[in-house]
Amino acid sequence: MADKVLMRGTHVLGEAAIRAGCRAYFGYPITPQNELPEYMAAAFAKMKQGVFIQAESELASINMVMGASIAGARVMTSSSSPGISLKQEGISYLAGMELPAVIVNMMRGGPGLGNIAPSQGDYFQATKGGGHGDYRVIVLAPAYGQEIADMTRSAFHLADKFRTPVMILGDGMMGQMMEPVEFPEPVDLSLRTKSDWILDGARNRPSRIIRSLWLDTALEEELNWKLVRKYEAITREITDQEMYLVEDAELIVVAYGTAARIAKGGVHRVREMGLKVGLYRPKTLWPFPSEPLAKLSRNAKHIVVFEMNTGQMVEDVRLAVEGRCAVSFYGRPGGVVSTPEEVARVFSSTYHKVESGETGIGSSYQDEMRAVS
Amino acid sequence: MKKIFSRPASLKDAQFHYCPGCGHSIIHRLVAEVIDELGIRERTIGVPPAGCAVLAYNYFDVDMAEAPHGRAAAVATGIKRVLPDRVVFTYQGDGDIAAIGTAETIHAANRGERVTSIFVNNAVYGMTGGQMAPTTVPGQVTTTSPGGRVPLRDGYPLDLSQMLAVAAGSVYIERTTVSNPKGIIKTKKAIMKAFRVQLENKGFALVEILSPCPTNWKMSPKDSVRWVEEEMTKFFPLKVIKDVA
Repeated sequence: MADKVLMRGTHVLGEAAIRAGCRAYFGYPITPQNELPEYMAAAFAKMKQGVFIQAESELASINMVMGASIAGARVMTSSSSPGISLKQEGISYLAGMELPAVIVNMMRGGPGLGNIAPSQGDYFQATKGGGHGDYRVIVLAPAYGQEIADMTRSAFHLADKFRTPVMILGDGMMGQMMEPVEFPEPVDLSLRTKSDWILDGARNRPSRIIRSLWLDTALEEELNWKLVRKYEAITREITDQEMYLVEDAELIVVAYGTAARIAKGGVHRVREMGLKVGLYRPKTLWPFPSEPLAKLSRNAKHIVVFEMNTGQMVEDVRLAVEGRCAVSFYGRPGGVVSTPEEVARVFSSTYHKVESGETGIGSSYQDEMRAVS
Repeated sequence: MKKIFSRPASLKDAQFHYCPGCGHSIIHRLVAEVIDELGIRERTIGVPPAGCAVLAYNYFDVDMAEAPHGRAAAVATGIKRVLPDRVVFTYQGDGDIAAIGTAETIHAANRGERVTSIFVNNAVYGMTGGQMAPTTVPGQVTTTSPGGRVPLRDGYPLDLSQMLAVAAGSVYIERTTVSNPKGIIKTKKAIMKAFRVQLENKGFALVEILSPCPTNWKMSPKDSVRWVEEEMTKFFPLKVIKDVA
């Protein structure tokens, strides 16, 4: 293991991708993630290998990703929210054609052009399909620099293993923040076995077809069930979460990514006040880690979901909890970043209301906003 | 008995689904013959479009990757850049390449991608049932230009090949027809040259082929070939548009 280095999140991601064997990158400039394509372009030039194209659009870049994946390369693209919307066409095809690829979304404020500040507004888009058709994308949500490195490594592994697109969901703050990171040794590409489905010319074998068109409804139905079986295997194997101070917690905060780091600061503050509050942090957003949360909800009195949006993951939390305990939401959309002090006030006021038997806590976003103002 | 005619090795033993009088079957055969003659079948990857030729992967006996509508040039770019010693061709219709895929095509040409594009122009969206295409000529009746195409309302026919010739990365662009035997022979020569440009690593090459669509033009096959030669060629003249090979 090499020494620790201080790097910004986008550069960590680029370096980890290259060490995972990524030798093809296609992208289009958009803030706040431009340091990632810049890193890939510079690194490939220095290595004198790898394919880098700054494409004419996000649409073109995701289709170049498709081509490189078809040809057997470990391939990545990155963008931020509006650009990810444009890539959704290709992501649907990647899922349907069962092609591995890594897609990075450093989320910014939206909808529309929005702004370039950190946000978590794309949770629905990332975890509920995003493009057309009946499919899922593996969504990994790092919160720390080291986790960006580790999750990028596993993103390429999971994409290959399950022949499916994998998304790394970060935000503008995570991409810019510098943190100490240790990188694993590079993957030995010479040991990578050539897949038996790639297109590299029909030499000494029958010709192959990669497609997503199945005009026969029986075949299209079978493809859909095959994808479901794959998604079930993924759910069994990779679902992951961090649980922090949850053993005795009466109030559990659920947050991911940058929001989880802010929430952790809030949890520390209210713990110092003697309040039994813990943090549940999903590391995989799809598949969503429902079962451990369901178990916690049997003993907890209340759950607060904190997101940098108007309430998206809270729906998955409610589905996991199935009414066993009350769930309220607190969030700041539009690129606003809460402070640990701010969320600590939300946690403590919610905690005291629960203790005093008050009902209907945080039944709406406005209630929570009133609670802190 | 001496065998003088057989199926090219680059075509599977499958019956084409194309309509009677359609040019696709002829063009498929010409592309397959060229791949055979160049001896590149085992290192060729084809990228068919969305459109009538979407099922081309059922006919060509080479590796085939179906592209989303209009994106063939981008998909081909990804394949070719990862495998530069393979031969990559796209096979696209006019709606695919000259409307929804205009940006991908122009930029692939401008980057000088070592890719060969076969552009089949029949002045109509065939597979979706005969709607107006970017190449529909003025006055031409389609299901979405029922009174005939009116340029100031519906736009003019777009000469994509001419636009591609402007891009510095394009090396060879020719427009031919498969509406008569002489045109078919010329088309094969053009396809051969377009593949050779790629094999010689020179840049982007494209052959635009005017092709009859009796079904959607609502004409007999005989009237269709005449319409190609008398009407389409007024807007899409047969010529070498660019050759810096």
